Amino acid sequence: MKRTLTAILFFITLFVAWDVVYRAKIWSPVLVPSPENVVRYLWESIRDGTLQSSTVVTLKRLLAGYLIGLVVGIPLGFATARVRTLRDTVGVLALGLQGLPSVCWVPLALLWFGQSEGAMLFVVVMGTLWSVILATETGVRNVNPIYVRAARTMGSHGVHTWVKVMLPASLPFIVSGMKQGWAFAWRSLMAAEIFVTILSGFGLGHLLHYGRELNAMEQVVGIMLVIVLIGLLADKVLFSPWENFLHRRWGTAK
Amino acid sequence: MTVQQELEALQPARLTIDRVSKWFAMKHQRVHALDRISLQVAEGEFVCLVGPSGCGKSTLLNVIAGLENPDEGSVISAGQPVNGPNRDRMMMFQEPALFPWLDALDNVLFGLNLKPGLTDGERREVAQYHLKLVGLERFQHANLHELSGGMKQRVALARSLAPNPRVLLMDEPFAALDALTREQLYGDIQRIWQQRRKTIVFVTHNVREAACLGDRVVLFSPHPGRVREEFRIDLPRPRDINSVDLASHATRIMTALKGHLTEAEVAE
Repeated sequence: MKRTLTAILFFITLFVAWDVVYRAKIWSPVLVPSPENVVRYLWESIRDGTLQSSTVVTLKRLLAGYLIGLVVGIPLGFATARVRTLRDTVGVLALGLQGLPSVCWVPLALLWFGQSEGAMLFVVVMGTLWSVILATETGVRNVNPIYVRAARTMGSHGVHTWVKVMLPASLPFIVSGMKQGWAFAWRSLMAAEIFVTILSGFGLGHLLHYGRELNAMEQVVGIMLVIVLIGLLADKVLFSPWENFLHRRWGTAK
Repeated sequence: MTVQQELEALQPARLTIDRVSKWFAMKHQRVHALDRISLQVAEGEFVCLVGPSGCGKSTLLNVIAGLENPDEGSVISAGQPVNGPNRDRMMMFQEPALFPWLDALDNVLFGLNLKPGLTDGERREVAQYHLKLVGLERFQHANLHELSGGMKQRVALARSLAPNPRVLLMDEPFAALDALTREQLYGDIQRIWQQRRKTIVFVTHNVREAACLGDRVVLFSPHPGRVREEFRIDLPRPRDINSVDLASHATRIMTALKGHLTEAEVAE
């Protein structure tokens, strides 16, 4: 309770400080919009529905790409951990491509897919996939071999061992890989949306881009706030349950 | 099958280990881990394997469990040749080897869930019975990191016993525990063995522990692993690790162990 209050107090202070800076008129109001204007912009765009529809467009792209990244990445991570040849090939590829800032995929995606949803999806998948593969591989390779031996004496083998022992045993690594994958996917999608206009759907990145084009600072700041909020919310909704589970069972730090 | 029938079906198996040999390929040499080991363990007998590290006693346990195959010879359990792990022969390790993603009860249920012929409710009842047997009925839903080392080994014991194996293989299960906890467990394991009558093969390098627990103590010598001597311990149970009678048995075994060690050194 006390911690929540501290957090609320902190953000109120931040907000007041912003207002004070705006009122002091040190910078032009074009560069530093008033909090009031930002809130008004957000309110207007909620009323005419642009904010919701852009958020939906962006989240759809993100979730689709992210899920594909997970569904492909986790089994591939298991495979690279298991098969030496795959580790020496796909594993090295993953390591190399994970180091590539995910925004670098945008030009390639544009040339391959044109200004289309395909390009967006591709960028998000590339952002997610490699870190999920690497984290899963590390996780599987760090599973204490005694778990598998114990499971075998109890009659577990094959798929049962993979699903009931290897997968949960490598969960701490997989969850951190999922988090990293999410962060990369989110960043690369924003980059893609800012760079690329797609007629099939206006995302948050586009609103940000047009805010700049129109010199509408309250729009730029407002959308940035929304993006931050979505990031925080995703953390709470997608990862907190996993992390709480890990914390409870493994006794690791929160 | 009802829970009562399941729990009352106690059929300890006879183990016959027949001229088992095993080699390990190391980087520069082949290590002869087991050299024609032959051993009989009667139904419901408690046998301790003692020897210095590197004498192959853990390897033999893995071979009996079916986790490793012998290069020569064979193991017969209850008339059936061993060729792979089977829930008739459960194994307990030095580390508890429990699964941290499950709570205590679910750990005990892991092996039971793989056993056919029981409903989920019956499995639960059997698991709870065994947690109670090891004195942890109040810790069913405890997370493993909340349990002490001794409690974890108790959960591991319950987990090995729950599928009702005919043989229990124990690989230095108390070696990592403090002396006080260990002494408690000596009492518990004897009580549980008398209630749940299993054939037990127990590996240790602690001579006193072996004398306290075993009907018979089999002495191994290393390089290559061989059976050197056997000692029958005819003391009434439950035995106290600190009793004088037990100490004299332990001394006898210790003297023999030292003798074989010096022999081995001379031979090298």
